[in-house]
Amino acid sequence: MSLKIPRNPMPTQDAKERIKNFNEVALGYTKETAIYEARRCLQCKRPLCMQGCPVEVDIPEFIAEVAKGEFDKAIEIIKTKNSLPAVCGRVCPQENQCEKYCILGKKDEPVAIGRLERFVADWEAEQVAKEVERKKSTGKKVAVIGAGPAGLTCAGDLAKLGHEVTVFEALHTPGGVLMYGIPEFRLPKEVVRREIEYIEKLGVKFENNSVIGKIYTVDELLEQEGFDAVFIGTGAGLPYFMGIPGENLNGVYSANEFLTRTNLMCAYDFPNSCTPIKVGKKIAVIGAGNVAMDAARTALRLGAEESYIIYRRSRNEMPARHEEIEHAEEEGVEFMLLTSPVEFKGDENGNVKSMVCIRYKLGEPDASGRKKPVPIEGSEFEIEVDNVVMAIGQGPNPLVPSSTPGLELTKWGNIVANEETGQTSKKGVFAGGDIVTGAATVILAMGAGKKAAKAIHEYLTEC
Amino acid sequence: MYKIIHQEKIGENLGLLEIEAPQIANKAKAGQFVIVRIAEKGERIPLTIADFNKESGSITLIFQEVGRTTLRMGQMKKGDFLLDLVGPLGEPSEIENYGTVVCIGGGVGIAPIYPIARALKEVGNKVISIVGARCENLLFWVEKMQAVSDELLIATDDGSVGYKGFVTDVLKQVLSEKEIDRVWAIGPMVMMRSVADVTRPHQIKTIVSLNPIMVDGTGMCGACRVQVGEETKFACVDGPEFDGHLVDFELAMRRLVYYKDEEKRALAQEQCHGGGCGCH
Repeated sequence: MSLKIPRNPMPTQDAKERIKNFNEVALGYTKETAIYEARRCLQCKRPLCMQGCPVEVDIPEFIAEVAKGEFDKAIEIIKTKNSLPAVCGRVCPQENQCEKYCILGKKDEPVAIGRLERFVADWEAEQVAKEVERKKSTGKKVAVIGAGPAGLTCAGDLAKLGHEVTVFEALHTPGGVLMYGIPEFRLPKEVVRREIEYIEKLGVKFENNSVIGKIYTVDELLEQEGFDAVFIGTGAGLPYFMGIPGENLNGVYSANEFLTRTNLMCAYDFPNSCTPIKVGKKIAVIGAGNVAMDAARTALRLGAEESYIIYRRSRNEMPARHEEIEHAEEEGVEFMLLTSPVEFKGDENGNVKSMVCIRYKLGEPDASGRKKPVPIEGSEFEIEVDNVVMAIGQGPNPLVPSSTPGLELTKWGNIVANEETGQTSKKGVFAGGDIVTGAATVILAMGAGKKAAKAIHEYLTEC
Repeated sequence: MYKIIHQEKIGENLGLLEIEAPQIANKAKAGQFVIVRIAEKGERIPLTIADFNKESGSITLIFQEVGRTTLRMGQMKKGDFLLDLVGPLGEPSEIENYGTVVCIGGGVGIAPIYPIARALKEVGNKVISIVGARCENLLFWVEKMQAVSDELLIATDDGSVGYKGFVTDVLKQVLSEKEIDRVWAIGPMVMMRSVADVTRPHQIKTIVSLNPIMVDGTGMCGACRVQVGEETKFACVDGPEFDGHLVDFELAMRRLVYYKDEEKRALAQEQCHGGGCGCH
């Protein structure tokens, strides 16, 4: 085990090729590379990496097994804590989580923990499926609302403790943002389905096409349907728009719509699939988070010749993961920084045809600690666009909160919940993920689901 | 999977399906809609609930066979299944005793106006219903409408039955004779706009039900945004019913045809691959 082994790069599809397909960009480690990378781990006595993992994976332990080539033991270790390892290995911002704390990272590059996690999860998928052991039922019933990262984690953990869990999902398939939001080329849907199958094998029941707030209220779940506790993990399902003229022109999409059409509804396969999407030659994506990168890269794959990221701050403030920005640049996405639209203009049919933008400069730091963008007067300019995608964030979907009396909300409509337990202002009702925190990451939502599962277990054991 | 328990052709290119969906039937209220998906790669289409029955645990959908999904739905038989059905979505109609109300259903819009007229009647309104279609072949549910109305008036473009002309002509007549407290109008966008234009000078609150393009139907995607007065609303969660005097119909109509070319392509594909032969 030596510092001298450099971090093993992730093999990827060539940028010129990959913008013509929806196949996964990152190809994954081979067995040999995984073992080689695992051997870089110093096996610290007091591992710092674990404090960066919201779902508390025993990182050095699983890496030690990878180094020995004992992949089945490695996946077993991960799965005691994390029910979605193939997802996390792909979409966690490890540079801000586990890998940020890796001691090797101080002088050199950290161990590629995420890539190893992905390797082990993918390796397992190729083996003959093992029987999943089901716990004897405690007789307690829990309803989980929303089958996204928070709900799936909460459901999986509760099932492992023997509780009877039913997940209510509004869409026709479980997965939440993993299915509708994150593109196939970053997270293949087959991988998500596999992880959900595992959660099903743990004994979790899925009720798709079930909008809570409409078909049952939270109170009805507790009082009529026999559930002992409820977990709300309905996410950030309400797209924000800027409120500027022309935003309702045809061809202006919310990122949610643009990505849902493409990912969940398979619009890239139209007319073999039934849901269309329109992408002209020039597309502008407003925003610079991961969702914006996903939309800009998706647009290229759907045939856009020019795909712009329009962002009113500078490169340093872009909220997207470094890797996503890099991939977007390699693929030819153009960044128009310190720029923001003030108006969209349409043609005679009401289709968007251009965008008036204004330039910004950075001023003093604002409340978020980032330098505040200040508009430069008289700097307006117009660019031609065929489509626009608004990727400026999402708010909490109001369907569950507004149908649940007695549930305390923030002024933005997020549910108020204890950070450690997910307990809300209502007895037996817990919440976690984006519906509590506002739009964040998959792994933070999973962490919240995990903590809530623990608290729900305690609540059920007491009552 | 949702079982079809009754199927009927109720007019030229007009299909009716009654579907077993006890949970939806139990919660459905007048004015709400469902989203249907019929195949693995199928689209999600919104359809307003035409009828619901708590006892039989079923809902009824009426649709014009115009698109890829509705054409296939028109070929479905009793005992077949819909792959996905989600609802009841949207806000229910605001049902109160307003006094005398006019309920207007144009074409396939007769279906969603029916439960609204029924609910208005149940709470004590005097209900005057006006149903219209291009010709008699496209008219349906006349008896059902009669049963929930104090007065039923019919208009057809060709005069094959009832008054020869538009529902708005009949409405004008009604307004000249009677004091009306509220109007509901559901039908093609141009019809709803015309009704709103007729009632505007009389300052009679007029409710219309919009059926824009939707994807998820739960407020997540924003495809269904409509301009109502100064505000942008999502028809799926804020509607589908809005004040007809405030709706920007021009915008709503333009948004409705954004995918016209794609819809044609999809239909061509459907006819070409009809029956799943995959010959091309």
